[in-house]
This record gives sequence, C-alpha cells and structure tokens, in this order.
Amino acid sequence: MGFVRWFHQLASPPYVYRLAGRLAPWFAVSGVILIAGGSYGGLVLAPPDYLQGDGYRIIYVHVPSAYLGMLAYMVMATSAAVGFIWRMKMAHGLAVSAAPLGASFTFLALVTGGIWGKPMWGTYWQWADARLMSELLLLFLFLGYMVLRASFDDREKADRVSAILAVVGVVNVPIIHYSVEWWSTLHQGPTIARLDAPAITMDMLAPLLVMIVGFTVLFAWLLCKRLQGEILDREGRARWVAQLTGGVSA
Amino acid sequence: MTEFFLMGGYAAYVWSAYGITLIVLMVNIWAAYRRHAGMLARAGREGRLEASGRQPTVREI
Amino acid sequence: MASFLLILRRDFRLAFRRWSELATPLMFFVIVASLFPLAASPDASQLRDAGSAVLWMSALLSSLLALDGLFRSDAEDGSMEQLILSPAPLGLIVLAKILAHWVVSGVPLLLLAPLIALSFYLPADALPTLIIALALATPTLSVLAAIGAALTVSARGGGAIIGLLVLPLTAPVLIFGTRATELAVTGASTLGPLYLLAALAVFALSLGPLAASAAVKVAME
Repeated sequence: MGFVRWFHQLASPPYVYRLAGRLAPWFAVSGVILIAGGSYGGLVLAPPDYLQGDGYRIIYVHVPSAYLGMLAYMVMATSAAVGFIWRMKMAHGLAVSAAPLGASFTFLALVTGGIWGKPMWGTYWQWADARLMSELLLLFLFLGYMVLRASFDDREKADRVSAILAVVGVVNVPIIHYSVEWWSTLHQGPTIARLDAPAITMDMLAPLLVMIVGFTVLFAWLLCKRLQGEILDREGRARWVAQLTGGVSA
Repeated sequence: MTEFFLMGGYAAYVWSAYGITLIVLMVNIWAAYRRHAGMLARAGREGRLEASGRQPTVREI
Repeated sequence: MASFLLILRRDFRLAFRRWSELATPLMFFVIVASLFPLAASPDASQLRDAGSAVLWMSALLSSLLALDGLFRSDAEDGSMEQLILSPAPLGLIVLAKILAHWVVSGVPLLLLAPLIALSFYLPADALPTLIIALALATPTLSVLAAIGAALTVSARGGGAIIGLLVLPLTAPVLIFGTRATELAVTGASTLGPLYLLAALAVFALSLGPLAASAAVKVAME
C-alpha cells in the first residue's frame, strides 16, 4: 500500500485505535526487557567512576528521562502542527497523549538531576546548571499546553489553539536552551561539576544507550494506550466503538 | 551483594533516584490503562443506553 | 500599508480614550519595583546588586499586563470578525495593534525605568544602555504577550493563564537584558547582549504576529 494511502488511513479513528492496540503489547514487552537489562547493566556491569564512584549510576535514569522529555515535546509539537494544518483529529489526539508523558519524564529528569546533584554539588538544586534550567522551562511549556487545553470547553478549539502554543514553544526551545546555557557559563563557579560522567567509556555507555532505547519504547507503549483512551473519548458514540464494546448502536 | 546495595556510600541517592523513576513510570502505566478502561466502559454504557432507546437518568450521565 | 496605518491610528486613539488601561501597567511596574526594597532590604549595595533583576522582572510582568486586553474588547464588540474578513493580511493588522500598544505602554516604561534604576542606586552612565536594552526588549515582550492574549482570548479564565504560557518564553529576553545592564554597570562593552536582543526582536516581530493572528482566527471560529 502506498505511503499516501497509509497516511490517509491514519486519519481514521478505528484504524489508529486498532493499530495502537496491536502495537502496544510489543512495545510493552520489549520496553520492559530493555529497561530491566539496561538497569542491570548500569547498576551491576558498568564500572564505578573514577571521580563519582557509584553515585554516577543515576545517569542511567536521568539522561533517558531528559532525552524522552525533549522527544515527547517534539512528538507533541509535530503532531499538533500536523493536526492543525491537515485538520486531523488523530494527530491532535497524539499530541494530547504525549503531553502528560513528556511532563512526567521532564519531572523525573529534574528530580533525578537534583538527587544526583546533592552529593556532587552539595545542593539539590543548582540554578546555574543550564540543563536543569532548560528542563524546568520545558516542564512549564508542557504544563502550559495542558492548562490551555483545559480552559476550553470546545474540544476542536482547544486542539487548534494549543497546537499554536506547541509550535510557538518548539521554535523557542532552542533559543531558550542556548540562552540559558550561555547564561550558566557566566555564573558557574569552577567547583561546579557538570551532570556528566566524565571520561565515559564503552562499558559505561552501552547500558545508557540501552536505557535510552528502552525508555523510548516504553514511551511508544504509553502513547499507544493513551491514544486509545483519547480516541474512545472523542469517538465514544461512533458505530465502530459500539461494535467494539458489544453494544448495539441505533 | 551488600556492596551492590551500598553503592559505594551513595545508596540513598542512587536508590531513591531509581525508586522514583520506577514509581513515576508505574503511575503512568496505571493511568494510561485506567483511562482506556474507563473510556471503554463509558462507551459501553452509552451504547447500551442508545440501544435501549430510553432517555438517560441523572445517575447515568 | 494603508490598512496598517489605519489600524495603528485606530488603536492609538482607542488606547488614549481608555487611558486607565495604559496607566495600570505602568503603575504596576512602579509598585512592584517599589515593594522590592521592602521585601529585601533598603541597603544600597544589596539594591544595586538586585536592581537590574528587579527592574527587568517588573518590566516583564507589566508588559504582560499591558497586552492582556489587546484582543478582548475587539472580540467582544464584533470588530475582530470584521478585521478577519478584511482583505488586509491579519498578521499585518495584528502587528499594527501590537505596535500601537507598544508605543503607548512601552515608551512610557522607557521613561520610567531610569528613575527606578536610579532609585536602586544603579550608576547614571548605565542608563543609556538600560534604555536601549529595554527599547529592544519591550517589542519582543509585547509580541510574546500578544501571542498569549490571542491564545487565551476565548478561554475560560483567560488573562490569568497568559503568564503561565508566556513567561517561560521570555527567559532569553530576561537573560540578555539583565546581562546588558550588568555589563553597563561595570562599564564593559554591552554590544553582545544588545545585538542578541535586537535579533530576538526582529525574530519575534516577523513571526509572532503570524502565530497571534492564527490564534485569533481559531478563537473566532
């Protein structure tokens, strides 16, 4: 089947619902296996760091969370833009599904970053760390999207207005990121360690890559489930849904 | 084995970080499944209502 | 072009008629800045350190306030629909509205800011840079606030969430603006941050009205 035809099928709620339902278990199983394996690799197999000892192992949850926060925002902004331009409800549904997941990942990145920071910098929060600051602003962007949606009663209006916000945000994310990074270099003292495992070797890197992939697959799993719920919410009265739930529609 | 749990003295930090990660991920999984199930149930209720052809009572809305 | 000037003149006239809407953000700016020494300390050295930050934060917040009602009154009385239907591109109309608003609210801010700065014991020779920095930053802030206003014009609890939406986006302006002020206080060259503020302003003024007009159209659907 051609790509264009497949793309058009993506606009069909029952098709997307069933696709998500078929993909979810695969993502679930492989995601859990990857995360379990990556955690084992990170906690047991990887060698302790020269400077940070075993404390650096937080990297195996912190970096994937941060990365997924950004990925989720890109998914949200892209699908919202697609939904806005081509008026595809399913695309808006995907954006709505991605938002709380992205907020959760970003929250995790902030918390694990702070926990990691305590033994390294001495405090749970370090304003001068550019990445934490960018993460904080990203969290606000997610929350803003969710709050804006919630303040509209008309779902289509909510979709379209929040899509504009998402696009404005995504354009700003690199600007915000670089300006915060520039600012932090001005204010960082020489004693502040960056949240990095310095001199990273392959046996440290491999579990990290596994964890990043694992988190991504988990994200895909949760997107599928959330999208299914979102589709049912929007299409609850449709005939195909009635057939699904065994009821009989008029 | 105890070395594993002690994490070279960083036990509190490493385990709390992994712990909160696990909790947040589990909450997200639970929330996604619960929402799906809730929507499915609601669609089922509305379908039966429409099929029976009667008006919904206040309790059913 | 003609419609641009027309809207500019119209919004000027409307703004001057509702002078309280203009005065409020300015008074807000002064009050917020004035409360800071009460909250922190009137000590000269502390105020000097914090002065630039307080000035910029207050300017940020008052810009937000100033633009809150940018679209609301037009939306309520039906003129917004007329503007959408007009042959002139809506982006241009929105730009004219933003500019009109900026002239009547931003320019007085530029005049008040030096007074506040002096009250915070900032040196007088930093003032020209401060004014230039604010002159470059306030258009960007106006555009961002206008986007926020457009997004929330038909939302429940509209004005209150503009801050949540817009403030994270203003971080770069805040960073470069305060940096320019700090450098001016120490007497160093301020060209870097000023150029960056100018770049942000150009970027915001060219793309911002597009986003705002898209949002207004959706709100009026």
